[in-house]
Amino acid sequence: MPKQPTEQVSITRSDVEHVAMLARLALTPEEVGEFAEQLTAILGHATDISSLDLVGVPTTAHPLPVTNVLREDVIGTSLDRDEVLAAAPSAEEGRFRVPRIMGEA
Amino acid sequence: MSSAIEIAAAVRSGARTARSVAEEHLATIASSEGEIHAFNHVTADAALAQADEVDAKVARGEDPGPLAGVPVALKDNLCTRGVPTTCSSRILDGWLPPYNATVVERVLAAGGVPVGKTNLDEFAMGSSTENSAFGPTLNPLDPSRVPGGSSGGSAAAVAARFAPLSLGSDTGGSIRQPASFCGVVGVKPTYGVVSRYGLIAFASSLDQIGPFAATVDDAALLLDVISGHDRMDSTSIATPPTALLNDGADVAGLRVGLVTELTDVEGIAPEVRAAVERAASALEAQGARVERISVPSCIYGLSAYYLIAPAEASSNLARYDGVRYGLRVDGDDVYEMNSATRDAGFGAEVKRRIMLGTYALSAGFYDAYYGQAQRVRTLIIRDFASAYERFDVLLSPTTPTTAFKFGAKTEDPFSMYLSDICTIASNLAGHPAMSVPFGVGSDGMPIGVQVLAPALGEPVMFRVARAIESAGGAA
Repeated sequence: MPKQPTEQVSITRSDVEHVAMLARLALTPEEVGEFAEQLTAILGHATDISSLDLVGVPTTAHPLPVTNVLREDVIGTSLDRDEVLAAAPSAEEGRFRVPRIMGEA
Repeated sequence: MSSAIEIAAAVRSGARTARSVAEEHLATIASSEGEIHAFNHVTADAALAQADEVDAKVARGEDPGPLAGVPVALKDNLCTRGVPTTCSSRILDGWLPPYNATVVERVLAAGGVPVGKTNLDEFAMGSSTENSAFGPTLNPLDPSRVPGGSSGGSAAAVAARFAPLSLGSDTGGSIRQPASFCGVVGVKPTYGVVSRYGLIAFASSLDQIGPFAATVDDAALLLDVISGHDRMDSTSIATPPTALLNDGADVAGLRVGLVTELTDVEGIAPEVRAAVERAASALEAQGARVERISVPSCIYGLSAYYLIAPAEASSNLARYDGVRYGLRVDGDDVYEMNSATRDAGFGAEVKRRIMLGTYALSAGFYDAYYGQAQRVRTLIIRDFASAYERFDVLLSPTTPTTAFKFGAKTEDPFSMYLSDICTIASNLAGHPAMSVPFGVGSDGMPIGVQVLAPALGEPVMFRVARAIESAGGAA
């Protein structure tokens, strides 16, 4: 059952913390409080469209009537690997280097 | 100072060298940039080298191209090979793009001379340049006022005569609103007319690159150069309109609609409405027929925009994760590194939009927010379609007021969003629209009149803009 925004959208601190986790933002406690207020206010303005009856109206994702573009599958030039890796904060043996991903020791 | 058209003609004929043009503009930048801060980065050496190449072509009897020797300022969200491209964000600190945006390649191939990268609201999110991580740009006409945004640096660069032409990007008004505030011409082309390859993405179903210039014809010159199909951007269309320079046609017999929802509503300053009405009268005097027209769903544009744009931005900006480019703040694992990097690298408005967009797309809310906003887009497109059955172009103000003072709208994010209320509908519909300076307000600041046209209606839009420009604008 999809959730429906009501007239009084209210974004709580725990909503903000959950969304910050999804968005990979390490917010300060002050930012969490600010965003709870501001998102509530901004989404409050959007209730004018959430209450419109638009059943049967198709969505528009692309404003012009274009369809998928295909091209021949041919080998072309791409960006130089060393040049791309030179722009990375950390690289090793031709790859991007990152801190550990899983819980391994 | 000369127009872009005059400079290109002089350089092509050998009457002026591109180097002397570049030196003159770099000297103007050197003397006033400290007060304006239009640029994040001035590329003086590269400009002189490109100017010398243009001069060498002229000396060899080759055609240096339609922008021969014309200085062009580039918004700092357009990738430039080997030149810092920051989006006015700390998160791209130190990044040097490995390629040029298609529009940059086209400007270079046409003999244009890029002079620098202009300031913007971080990732083009804002309407005043106050969200730049590197400090705001000042309005060259009054340094206590904002230049508009997000392409405020590009608008200011033309207004301050740092370059006769500049490029910006427009997602909800980011070319037209600063053009209006700085008293220059700004154009958002039809979605798909200009390749976005190398434009750092904000909201991909809305973003479009376009020109700023001091005159309508100079803007047409630059748009002709940058438009055209590009296989690197799958949204670019096969046959965009061309030959936008003065075709000699006038506006006699054209049907012009004044959009009531964008003109006759609370929040539009009376002097701004009066300027639009004077522009309409000027078109009537030149033989056009003007009537008021209702485009009812326009009133939902702002709400739809502030769901669609943040939703798409939250997805596009996921790539700034401290792995492939720019800033990294270390953490014990990759999650901590990603989160700490993004918290340190993004400013408050960017975080706000990422949060808003992530919330709107999160489990259970997608259809109620993003889906509903995309249905509103369909309504707006249908309403415009029925308006364009009766009218060739539409008119409205570009912005509700003239340029506001620094700090006037920074406390309440929504009050800042309202300054895009007249421009957003064109992005949602994918239609072209442009701002033409027409008169000044009681504060002495310029007023912009917006000309809106149906998809691929650039030729008629430019014709009407030219007629408005020729009428002056004095009350």
